Amino acid sequence: MALKMADYKTDVHNDWCPGCGDFGIVNAIQMALAEMGLQRDKTAIFSGIGCSGKTSHYINTYGVHTLHGRVLTFAQGAKIANPEMTVVAVGGDGDGLGIGAGHFVAAGRRNLNMTYIIFDNGVYGLTKGQASPTLKLGEQTKSLPSPNTNYNVNPIGLAVASGFTFVARGYSYDVRHLKDLIIQAVNHKGLSFLDVLQPCPTYNDLNTRDWYAGTDLMDEAQKRHSRIYKLEDTGYDPVVHYNEESEVNEKLTQSLIKSLEWGNKIPIGVFYKNEIITPYTHRLRDKIPNYLENPPAKQNISKNGVSNTDISQILDSLEV
Amino acid sequence: MSSTDFTWLIGGPQGSGVESGANIFSRVCAEMGYQVFGKREFYSNIKGEHSYFAVRVSDKKIHSNVNDVTLMASFDAETIFRHYKEVISGGGIIYDADLEDTTTDKVHTLDPPFRERLHKELESKNKPFSIAGVLEIAKENGVKLFPVSFKSILETLAEETENPRLKGLIRMYNVIGVSLSLGLVKMPPDSLQKTIGTIFSKKKEIAKINQQAANYSYNYSTAKFEGFDYSLTGIEKEPGTLLVQGFQGTALGKMACGCRVQPYYPITPASDESVFLESNEILEVIDDRPGSTAVIQTEDEICAMGMTIGSALTGTRSATCTSGPGFALMTEMLGWAGINEVPVVITNYQRSGPSTGLPTRHGQDDLLFSVFAGHGDFPKIVYASGDVEESFYDTGNIFNYADVFQVPVIHLMDKFIASSVVTCKRFDPSKISINRGKLLDKVEGEYERFALTDDGVSPRSRLGLDNGIFWNTGDESDEKGHITEDPILRVKMMDKRMSRLDLILKEIPDVEKAVSFGVEDMTVITWGSSKGPVLDAIEMLKKEGISIGLVQVKLLHPFPADYVSSLLKDTKTIIDVEANHSGQLGKLFKQNVPRDIDYFILKYTGRAMTSTEIYDSLKKIVENKAEKREVLMHGA
Repeated sequence: MALKMADYKTDVHNDWCPGCGDFGIVNAIQMALAEMGLQRDKTAIFSGIGCSGKTSHYINTYGVHTLHGRVLTFAQGAKIANPEMTVVAVGGDGDGLGIGAGHFVAAGRRNLNMTYIIFDNGVYGLTKGQASPTLKLGEQTKSLPSPNTNYNVNPIGLAVASGFTFVARGYSYDVRHLKDLIIQAVNHKGLSFLDVLQPCPTYNDLNTRDWYAGTDLMDEAQKRHSRIYKLEDTGYDPVVHYNEESEVNEKLTQSLIKSLEWGNKIPIGVFYKNEIITPYTHRLRDKIPNYLENPPAKQNISKNGVSNTDISQILDSLEV
Repeated sequence: MSSTDFTWLIGGPQGSGVESGANIFSRVCAEMGYQVFGKREFYSNIKGEHSYFAVRVSDKKIHSNVNDVTLMASFDAETIFRHYKEVISGGGIIYDADLEDTTTDKVHTLDPPFRERLHKELESKNKPFSIAGVLEIAKENGVKLFPVSFKSILETLAEETENPRLKGLIRMYNVIGVSLSLGLVKMPPDSLQKTIGTIFSKKKEIAKINQQAANYSYNYSTAKFEGFDYSLTGIEKEPGTLLVQGFQGTALGKMACGCRVQPYYPITPASDESVFLESNEILEVIDDRPGSTAVIQTEDEICAMGMTIGSALTGTRSATCTSGPGFALMTEMLGWAGINEVPVVITNYQRSGPSTGLPTRHGQDDLLFSVFAGHGDFPKIVYASGDVEESFYDTGNIFNYADVFQVPVIHLMDKFIASSVVTCKRFDPSKISINRGKLLDKVEGEYERFALTDDGVSPRSRLGLDNGIFWNTGDESDEKGHITEDPILRVKMMDKRMSRLDLILKEIPDVEKAVSFGVEDMTVITWGSSKGPVLDAIEMLKKEGISIGLVQVKLLHPFPADYVSSLLKDTKTIIDVEANHSGQLGKLFKQNVPRDIDYFILKYTGRAMTSTEIYDSLKKIVENKAEKREVLMHGA
């Protein structure tokens, strides 16, 4: 029987603030899982720490709520051991781009076949609103004693530069579009990254839902009822179509340039997509020919309660 | 026939082939039936600093090095400056005659504190600050000197083989040193040729040149050198003897017991284990398709630990391997594994701390840190192996502990073991039993990962198992694994997890908790690699009619207080021997067994203990001349 969106929900009480952008993201994930018909026990949601960390408890698949900044490390370990699992990692921007920035970069270099979604709201919510890595220099959200003294991280740019092979941005109040992006991300052959703009109604009084809707603007954005526009509506082609330096460079460069757009025009959609780079699991298969058919989690390690691994050749070479 | 106890030392600048020279020597001796105990010392440096290898050779089982060097093979000046005093009367020094005029100020790698001590020594004996000066002292000490020009050996060899390239091949000084030494002790030359052939089996051309050099040097030695009283002509070989490097025990144990994922971050002295695993990543499996170990080099130790846990959640036996600084980074995740009851193994090849400490030197520094690692209370196991052979079987056991008790296990190894080369009995994988505990193969009906059970252990699903969905969180959780802050459930969950410590003490057999080598009025307690030198020291004292007992504690957390105190109930004097400053086992002992340690024998120079110095300290204790805290200092 086909699974419905409701099958991917748990009965755990959701304690996010009313109006939180996180609701849109968790809904989009559940819709995407249902639309793809992913088997619940072959899917795992890994999460970091913070408001977004609770996501894994609200989704009725395997759920692993890990540590601050470390979600990618756990998720990658599981994927390497059992590559048949569909693995989605989620976390906040402070989690992934502050304390976890090193893992973010290294994960890009590996390019495992999985998805990472960042809930990007510019603040540390659960600790009462300190500046997060995506908050712009000089901005002062309401609980900051003084304006932010750090330059912001550019999540899209960092992902592209780190080697993520699918890089996209969504908006948490455009749930259907976000759901489509998640489906593309999960189906991508390699590591996919989704930067999801997500207003924090409690602590980020700058990038609010109204702000994203452009209510403060006098120009055409107000006519569009949004600062946000979709890359796919502009004829933007994110895909690296063939393996030539000029093609790769062009697509990388255009995504970087697009990632710098902010203010009155904010692009969402797919910035970059490259399926020519081999995923990490295939690199392992190049070393270990039967890795994909007989990955670590599937291997039989004993017979009648005793080791069945034959190390006699190595022992022979050590014998004098 | 008199018994053999011979120590050969080779030294040289890092990168000059000291290690491969020692490997050749060790292998020849092992092939010829001897027991071998070799240990490498080196600086945190790639090229140029002094490294050396001391290989002890005996006709009996040995577990340590001794202070005395019987024969030293040197091809640089620094080795002579640093080690001339260790060579015994009647022993020998093979050295490069071209170095005689070299003065201490020409050897830039002699660090100031050592240089100062050396100058004082030479000054007091009225000798010049040169190789000639130290060799005069050696000679006065009864050491026999065997000068040879390494350069002219290469030149002659180049002429004889019509291969002018050989003239400049100073990389072969190590093979020349080994061959001169083996000629001097009359080791049958075939074994040398065979060993070089084996070691360079993949590089035929290099094997050939080395065999020529070995042959020439061996003959040079037997023709030109005389008056050396020691010989190693071979004894009957015990069948089924391995010559292993210290890190291979845990690596082979991991392969045998089914560890299939090992993420790691490079760190001395732990990386060798992971590299060895990766070099053998494809595994033969009896009656099945090949298996494999996914060895993943990560961006840091935090990722290594995270990946290990993530992998373990899929039901895969998973481990990481690190040293103290790396383990420090893993501790937040250790708590996560604890609260989520994830079986993982962390192999910690300890080194000298604190901080970077002496990064390439030995220390049993992390015992208390391991016992108390991680914030908050959670169950874990800390286990230590005493030597490479033990470490193979222990690795099998601790993966079972991890699975059965669903706890992280910290396996304490150390640099002394990691960089030793020893003979031991061939490992027997059929003795590696596999017990996955309550790991599930299928789930029927409602499943709760953290169900409260009578024995405090819940049936364990794994990511990907049909109907086995669970949740994990670093927060306190309910039976399903969802966050809870309920005070009553909190107490239930804490009690459930912590009850595991009693279960561990109940279920692990006594012989795996601690090993008694006999208990006497005076008994040593120790752990890890200090076992070897203590065993040999006790043997030396026994020959003098002095009996001292030894208890090696292997399960260090939870501490087997009942078993250890029952072993020691009749002993009057307890001596704690270990390689750290504070006597960490002693502290743990006193915390768990309400009894004081009478004497401490401690070493924290970064160099491994020798049996000689433990013998000396034990003797002082027996004669009532010892300090409460004896500190050992031997070793360059």
